Amino acid sequence: MSELQSGTGESLAEGKIVNILIDLGVSLASIVIALLVGAVFILLAGESPVIAYGALYEGALGGARQIMSTFWRSTPLIFTGFALAIPFRAGLFNIGGEGQLLVGGFAAGFVGYYFQMPGIIHAPVALLAGMLAGAFWGFIPGILKAWKGAHEVIITIMLNYIATLLTISYGINRLRVGGRPALPSIAEGAELFRLGDLPELPILGSLPFIEVFAQPGSRLHLNFILAIVAAFILWYLLERTTYGYEIRSVGINPAAAHYGGISENKTIILTMVIGGAMAGLAGAGEALGTHHSFIQGMDAGHGFTGIAVALLGRNHPAGIILAGLLFGGLAEGGLEMQFVGIPSEIVQIVQALVIFFVAALQMIKYFMARRRAKGESE
Amino acid sequence: MNIVRQLLALPLILASLRFATPLILAALGGTFNERSGVINIGLEGMMLFGAFAAVYGSFMTGNPWVGVLYSMIGGGVLALILAIVSVSLKADQIVVATGINIFANGITIYLLQVFFGSAGRSPRVTRLPYFRVLGTRYNPMTLVAIILVPIAWYVLFKTPWGLRIRSVGEHPSAADTLGINVNKYRFVCVIISGILAGLAGAHLSIGDGTSFIRDMAQGRGFIALAAMIFGKWNPLGAFGAALIFGYFEAVAIRVSIPGIPAEFIRTLPYVMTIIILAGAVGKATPPAKIGEPYFQEEE
Amino acid sequence: MAESKDYILEMRNISKYFPGVKANDEVDLPVEKGEIHALVGENGAGKTTLMKILYGLLEPDEGEIHYDGRKVNIEKPQDAIDLGIGMVHQHFKLVDPLTVTENIILGSEPRRGLTIDKKAAQKKVKEISERYGLRVDPEAKIEDISVGMQQRVEIIKILYRGADLLIFDEPTAVLTPQEIDELFEIFESLKEQGKTLIFITHKLKEVKRVTDSITVLRDGKSVGHVATEEVDEKDIAEMMVGREVLFEVEKDKARPGDEVLNVKDFRVKDNRGIEMVKGVSFSVREGEIFGIAGVEGNGQTELVEALTGLREVESGKVEFRGKDITGLDARRVKEKGIGHIPEDRQRRGLVMNFDLAENMILGYHHKKPYSNRSIMNYGEINEHARKLIKEFDVRTSSHLNMASKLSGGNQQKAVIAREFAEEPELLIAAQPTRGVDVGSIEFIHEQLIKKRDEGVAVLLVSAELREVLSLSDRIGVIFEGELVKILQADETDERELGRLMTGGQVKEAKASV
Repeated sequence: MSELQSGTGESLAEGKIVNILIDLGVSLASIVIALLVGAVFILLAGESPVIAYGALYEGALGGARQIMSTFWRSTPLIFTGFALAIPFRAGLFNIGGEGQLLVGGFAAGFVGYYFQMPGIIHAPVALLAGMLAGAFWGFIPGILKAWKGAHEVIITIMLNYIATLLTISYGINRLRVGGRPALPSIAEGAELFRLGDLPELPILGSLPFIEVFAQPGSRLHLNFILAIVAAFILWYLLERTTYGYEIRSVGINPAAAHYGGISENKTIILTMVIGGAMAGLAGAGEALGTHHSFIQGMDAGHGFTGIAVALLGRNHPAGIILAGLLFGGLAEGGLEMQFVGIPSEIVQIVQALVIFFVAALQMIKYFMARRRAKGESE
Repeated sequence: MNIVRQLLALPLILASLRFATPLILAALGGTFNERSGVINIGLEGMMLFGAFAAVYGSFMTGNPWVGVLYSMIGGGVLALILAIVSVSLKADQIVVATGINIFANGITIYLLQVFFGSAGRSPRVTRLPYFRVLGTRYNPMTLVAIILVPIAWYVLFKTPWGLRIRSVGEHPSAADTLGINVNKYRFVCVIISGILAGLAGAHLSIGDGTSFIRDMAQGRGFIALAAMIFGKWNPLGAFGAALIFGYFEAVAIRVSIPGIPAEFIRTLPYVMTIIILAGAVGKATPPAKIGEPYFQEEE
Repeated sequence: MAESKDYILEMRNISKYFPGVKANDEVDLPVEKGEIHALVGENGAGKTTLMKILYGLLEPDEGEIHYDGRKVNIEKPQDAIDLGIGMVHQHFKLVDPLTVTENIILGSEPRRGLTIDKKAAQKKVKEISERYGLRVDPEAKIEDISVGMQQRVEIIKILYRGADLLIFDEPTAVLTPQEIDELFEIFESLKEQGKTLIFITHKLKEVKRVTDSITVLRDGKSVGHVATEEVDEKDIAEMMVGREVLFEVEKDKARPGDEVLNVKDFRVKDNRGIEMVKGVSFSVREGEIFGIAGVEGNGQTELVEALTGLREVESGKVEFRGKDITGLDARRVKEKGIGHIPEDRQRRGLVMNFDLAENMILGYHHKKPYSNRSIMNYGEINEHARKLIKEFDVRTSSHLNMASKLSGGNQQKAVIAREFAEEPELLIAAQPTRGVDVGSIEFIHEQLIKKRDEGVAVLLVSAELREVLSLSDRIGVIFEGELVKILQADETDERELGRLMTGGQVKEAKASV
């Protein structure tokens, strides 16, 4: 058989760029189509899609205040996106983002109130507690999969329900004070720094344009920065370390990874722990930065939105940031849509549609690539 | 001991069958699609949407049986999405099914608002007629479930279609070379599972109660999958397993053990699912080619 | 030749393209009624593609098919079945948990109402079984029966549907010599009953033994149709390869040194818990090639996997240069200096979606200079890959190409390059030339001899008798999990090895090292 060459003479760099563009195109197309189909549901509610999407845009990007809010909303989504994406690179489906977020938030809220410590370390310790709690909640399905081959999909989903029962139904009921369905508010020292306070800081406060952060009512907090930092760290982990090499090879071909001396079990557990830790950080950030306590409803489906974020972002750290921002914008804009009479659940519907279309378009891209390659070999 | 007496009380055992009903129906559906080689973790969403559809049907016509019909259509439509995107377009089955669950969750709440102007609960509708056996209340869906079990077993193991379904899940290319349309059988099995999941939803909303409450499936779609695995992908086994899970649910609701908070007991069905999956999967083998989309030219 | 021949099948000018390659290039295949027609060619020559087209699994991009004198369109397997064409595939299309009878009737089930008519099915199966001498156990599950019986089930399957033209794709690859004899008897029986057979193979001895005429494919083209009695094996081989073929590898005599590997009473089970290696003992010395010859499925796979840390050892001892390494995991086995060329390069040997550079360090990625304290050094990794590609003549345009884009032979060369580069003291090569084009085969053989001459101990496991005979210095024959005999390569021949491979017994105790 004649030797196979790469492509038809195009350079390798070109080939890679084309691939990225196609991926980007698929993601963009999915959003657009999802929004179009969403318009049908808006019509069903008797409202005008134009007005509705106009409100969406206004709410998400209408001004500096809205943009800061979008950043704020995207923070937990970027983390829960990683919660799905990292295990996915190793071939695992971590649908437990919800539960891992809840236990993370609970742990952070707990440490934030019940422990006394100097302000400078209170917040980091509480964040750490949240991360470890989430990591633990991810460890359970990880070890069950490694030892017993138990399918992580159903187990993580079961753990979601268990987490809800333990932290919200039981935890909040037992520990609440007064009418609020929440743990008592955390100590001031445990609160995450609000970026709106940046202008008041000594050195950073004199940077140009720093006041843009100080929007009225802005709750954008430090966890947003942490999310970006986490993205860099995870990218480095995946692409530049032996851990990443092993994770990627297990995800593509476990038999070859085994041959290469890579422990599939260790990799499974590692990725699930990282995934859980990320979701835990999402919850901790919300508890410490947004609500200043662990409160019922703080999860707001972030765990599941994270799934759409990871898919849209192609499981790549950079893509997840972008997708997280997008869905944060949708969530923020969704509130605005409520004012024009569209229930905010339309956002969830659009999310699901995005998932369908990304999945479908990906396959169409695959089929088209095959047909194109066939034609080229004449 | 008081606890043991509580656990073995006859009304509890009888109630188990009622609680098991949606699990039986969904597990039967799951058995068909998994035997044909497709994983369907969207049973939860199909059940939820079926529950809503049932209420809507009963609301519009005042006739609960129309509600049952609507539930089948509702579950079937959601299954259609899974079938088209995962079987015909060969996209990842778990991803799409997760999307279906999110979709069902979002759209049921959305329509609750749009149709009924409510945030959490639909208005009351005419429910299915119920009857009592030894003091425990049952509705017709339970009978449907019980009748479908032996029928499903028969179809799967005694008819040509069942033989083909099983071969398609174990060795699709073998079936393909004999002229069997692999993806057609998978497509149909997915729709069947959606219809059955929809019926399970009807039990929840208009069989066991009188309205739709948001999130009312509460994970039963996934527990049904555990029952199916525990039952080794055999309708009879799934039936037995579903009864056991129904028992756990009954215990969670009705039994109180001093010293253990009620919420902890309510985790029982979920914890048991995990334990069973961790223990049982080691021994039970799913159909060999499950979860892999079938491409014709690949060998 | 004015004789007009009665052709049951004529494939004319068939062409089929795949991404990057022309699998069939204007191929002609004329098959006379009632003959056994051989279709030969190297791996990758296009034989399987052509047959898939005939059977409706693929559609040709160009060309026509004429069956029984009429032009036909075969768009799906059912069309082929309806015409009377049946195919026994190389990898059996049998559903393991179902019974023999269920597999045979699948898709054409006899019915009574809504149910399968089991009695009618059993009756018909029995009829066919007796008419053609195809011994099967109708109620046994496929996963429980022998390979030979499985093949007979496949044959009954197509006869059940009224096949007149039967295609056999590499049917002898998985059979013992005795089962091969049985199969050829079945061929005769089918021929007597008026059936026509197409026999795909690359084993030229068999072509000479049972066929009437031959079509040779090379690089996707048909290079000739000949009558079997007019050519000999050498002629056919030259047509297949396009030049003179060396059946023997040229090599010096071995100069073996110290013992490197010592295996004693080794026992290994397979995934189902069945013992596949039953107390095997042997040793390999520096500077020699020890070949294990045997039909696939006699425990070689499990033996190699257990030696390389990919499978648990039930009992027994393995010593490497005197040190006990029994049961060590794959990473540590490699660290000891044992290289492994796996028998399934696509599944084990390479991560197909990784580029070549990342594949060239698989298993060694944690070693310097490829990485330092968990940080990967891609500069070194890429340089390493470029060097190896040149040294081992791996044909590809860049070290950054995905492994999946290379041909089978080049993939195998890449795997070998990787293992050689780490300068192992012991090299375990399992089926090293399976699915590889002839040019690469020669290269790989030369490389193995070279390593031997450098003092490396080589353990070769191969199902290709010729390969084992020409490369090895000593040979161990494995049959049903036991090493039935160990001999000097120059003191034996194919016939004796073939006999031993089927259990022909040996009176003396196994020759010790």
